Order: sequence, then structure tokens, then C-alpha cells
Amino acid sequence: MAKITFITRDGESKTVEGHSGSVMELAVQNHIQGIDGDCGGVCSCATCHVHLSPEDMEKLGQPSEIEADMLELEDNVSSYSRLSCQLDVSDELDGMTLKVAN
Amino acid sequence: MKKSEFPDAFQKVRETDGVLDIDDQFEKVTMILRHKDVRKCAHYYQSFKSGVQPGRIVVPSEEKIREIRQIPLELDPPLHTQYRSEMEAWFRRPLQEDYELKLTQITSDLVDEILDKAVLEVVEEFALKLQSQALTLLLNVPIEEAEIWISWGTHVFRSEDNPLDAEKAEILYHYIDEQIEKVLHHPGDDLYSVLLRSQFEGRKFTKEEVKGTMILTFAGGRDTIINAVTNIIVYFGDHPESLEKIREDPDIIGKAVEEFIRYFSPLTHLGRVVDVETNVCEYDLHNDDKVSLCWASANRDSNVFKNPNEVILDRKMNPHVGFGFSHHKCLGATHARQLLKILIKVLVEKVHSIQLLESEENIETWGKIKRKVGFHQVNAKFNSIKN
Ligand code: HEM
Ligand code: FES
Repeated sequence: MAKITFITRDGESKTVEGHSGSVMELAVQNHIQGIDGDCGGVCSCATCHVHLSPEDMEKLGQPSEIEADMLELEDNVSSYSRLSCQLDVSDELDGMTLKVAN
Repeated sequence: MKKSEFPDAFQKVRETDGVLDIDDQFEKVTMILRHKDVRKCAHYYQSFKSGVQPGRIVVPSEEKIREIRQIPLELDPPLHTQYRSEMEAWFRRPLQEDYELKLTQITSDLVDEILDKAVLEVVEEFALKLQSQALTLLLNVPIEEAEIWISWGTHVFRSEDNPLDAEKAEILYHYIDEQIEKVLHHPGDDLYSVLLRSQFEGRKFTKEEVKGTMILTFAGGRDTIINAVTNIIVYFGDHPESLEKIREDPDIIGKAVEEFIRYFSPLTHLGRVVDVETNVCEYDLHNDDKVSLCWASANRDSNVFKNPNEVILDRKMNPHVGFGFSHHKCLGATHARQLLKILIKVLVEKVHSIQLLESEENIETWGKIKRKVGFHQVNAKFNSIKN
């Protein structure tokens, strides 16, 4: 189980609990504004873009090449950007705070 | 070759040159073929513009036969963003439960109609009907309106053999003018009314702007959906084991839809006009040159996709550009995805197998390249699960 906090662009914060699936799916189920997950998680739409804290980024690691190429042309990209459909909900993510990028 | 096989027409020239010059009514169009380049050109709208003369960015060009601007397609940010943001919420309605239920009912009724019929022509008797009836939901107009759109047949909006023939498009333009006049007198909660109430820089959309948006909604969502639906049916005809696989694991339907969009790429390409001296694949481009972003070629790029010429229903990483990329990515994609997901769901529920009979392929010609994009007709028989 993992408790994850999303902070949306308008500063709202929401903490939700997940057990399985991807972080994008968890966000969509909980109607987190700015996470649409249009492509269902195949890395084709980038409507699931989040920013991690530097420590969490180190913990979870850098995006794969395909994910990084997608992020490169995204608005609001930073070196702490990830596509949340590529992050699996797991104990490792418990307590993390993710900032929605768009 | 199986009917459901769609060869990668661009492979050789994509790999050797990365670009392909074609002629469009005596103007050169440079097709951009590699995935990375296509995405970059779509993203950098400052250098690759959409907001030029109406009709210029489509291939073949409609400059000589169309004065009205298609909105938001033929605009660049920041104007594009202002118009598009007025429409975005409406085009996300397909995610609502009620919409999904109605679309399921439409699809289910149409499939029931064709099950166990002796032989059926899939394009006219199924795909066109499904596309039209589904569009009534997106426009929020009575389902009976679809009868008119169906009666136009599949070759409306553009003459097959003469890009300068304006007459075909007139049917659509007159129809839209009529609908706008109707709604001006009796506003409702349909898309025309919503657009007539929409705001741009503190004023309402003009009739011209509403018309330009509606033309795009009709034209952009017609052949693309018809080809996607027909091609998916042909695929299942050739691959009964795939129907079985999805029946056993319906969770892969979302991924299957993305993979079909990649593999079939119902919209081959769309143009841009170059605004600066630049180069792509060491190919020099000059101010006012026309290029096209070839989604169909990018979607088979082996630098990005493993086994690009195979349909892998549950492909996990699939950064396809079938719905475009960046600012202009398809506004109708939510509707299209929902329609195709529901189609597959209903098919695996009701159809045991699809027997394919004679068919006629729809082949596009782009310079020296011939690309199969769909079918003019496919005869088939749908066998229900019960039998
Ligand atoms: C499988 C079906 C479809 C495919 C493959 C498809 C493909 C595309 C592509 C590739 C673009 C990008 C064009 C560009 O970058 O210049 C696009 C844009 C667009 N499509 Fe679709 N489309 C489909 C269905 C639809 C439907 C059903 C509608 C509406 C009824 C629609 C409406 C639009 C609009 C309005 C745009 C312009 C968006 C903008 O400029 O911001 N499309 N489509
Ligand atoms: S959900 Fe589409 S890229 Fe993440």
C-alpha cells in the first residue's frame, strides 16, 4: 500500500491511497486535476506528467529513453519530471508528494 | 498477403533519406518521415506553421477551393490556444458515463443488426453508420440526424480524383450553414449552440468561426473513423485468435486501441509551412516551403517501435503519433478512443468469427509511394457466438 499526495497547479493538495496499477491510474481514479491519462499508459500522450522531489527522483530513477524523449518536448519539463503512467504504485512510493506539471 | 496486412510504404525512403518530396498541384511538399523529426516539427510551431492561408496545410491543398479557416487546426499558438481551450471541455464529454452508455447502445444495436446476415458490405453498411450515429452524441443532436450524413455516402467532402472539385464540399457547407441559422433562432445544448455562445477575446464566436469549427469536426472525424472501424473488423476477420485473446483478457482493450491507431494510422499526414531557414535530416528547407508531418511513417519507425510491422495487441510502450502530437493533437481523440474501445468490447461479446469475402483496397498515392489506408469496400459475414 502507498499513500501519495498530489499537488495540482492551483495549489490544491490531495492524498490518496493505492495498492496496485500505475500512479497515473490512481490519479485518474481520484480525479486529480491535470492528470488525464488519455492514452491509457502507453507513453503516447504525456497527459500524466508530474514533478518529483530531488530525493524521490533519485530513489525512483531516471525515465527510460522513450519516456525521456516524450518529456523533452513537453511544457513545464524539469530534471525532476516523470510520466506517472510509468511509475507503479508500490510501498516504495509511500509518503511521496508529486506535483502535477500541467 | 492477408487483407489485414498494411505494409509500411515509407520504410526504405525513411531509413535512407528521412524525407520524401512529392508534388501537389505543382507545389513541392516535403514529407517528414522519421518519428523524432515529426514530433519536433509538430512541437516547434514557430518554424512549422499551421496558421497560413486556409486550405494550404492539407494535402492535397484546398487553397483554391476553400476560403474558410478550419478552427483550431489552421491556427498557431497563442490564437490556437484561445480557441481550443473554449472547446476542450466539450470534446471530453465522451468520458462521461451517460455518453459511454449511449454509445454502447448504438454500437450494440448496429452489431445485432448485422449478425448472421448473409453478406454485408462493411464500409457502407456498418462503419459509416457507426461513425455517423456516434457523431450525433459528440454534437449532442438527435440520432435521426445521422440518416442525412449516412445518405451522403463515403465519398462526400472531397472528390476522389480531382482535388480542385469544390462541388462535393458544398453539400457539407450548405448543411452547416442551415444548421447554424436554425440554432440562431432556437439555441439549445448542441455543439453549434455551444460554439455560438463561446468567447474569443471578449466577443462571441462569429458564424464564420462556428462554421470553420464544424467543417473540421465533420471532415476530421469521418474517413479516419470509417477506416479505423473497417480495418479493425478486417483484422479480427483474419485473426479470430485475437478476438479470443481479448475475450479472455478484456483489460488489454485500451492498449489494443492504441496499437490499432499506430498500425493503421488512419490519417497519413498533415502539412505545415516553413517560417525560417532550417533543416531536417540534412535537407534544407526555406521560408514558405511546404512540409508534411507523416504520422503513418513515424508510427513504423524501427528506432522507436520494436517489430513495427506487427500488431502487438498489448504493446506496452507505444509512443505513436496516430492522433498527432503536441499543440494540434487530435481534439476528437477522446471520442475516437471511446468509440473503438466500445466497438471491440461489443465485438468480443457477440461475434464468434468474421468471414471476409471480396474487398477493394483504398490505396493513396504520394509521389512514388503507394500506401494502403483502408478499403473502398469489404464484404463479410459476421457469425454470432451462439451458433
Ligand atoms: C481514428 C480517428 C482519428 C484520427 C486518426 C485523427 C487524427 C488526427 C491528427 C493526426 C490530428 C493532428 C493534425 C495536425 O497536427 O495538424 C488531428 C487533429 C484534429 N482532429 Fe482528429 N483524428 C481522428 C478522429 C477525429 C474525430 C472523431 C474528430 C471530431 C469529430 C476529430 C477532430 C480533430 C480536430 C478538431 C483536430 C484539430 C486539433 C487542433 O488543431 O488543435 N478527429 N486528428
Ligand atoms: S498516460 Fe499517456 S503518456 Fe502517460
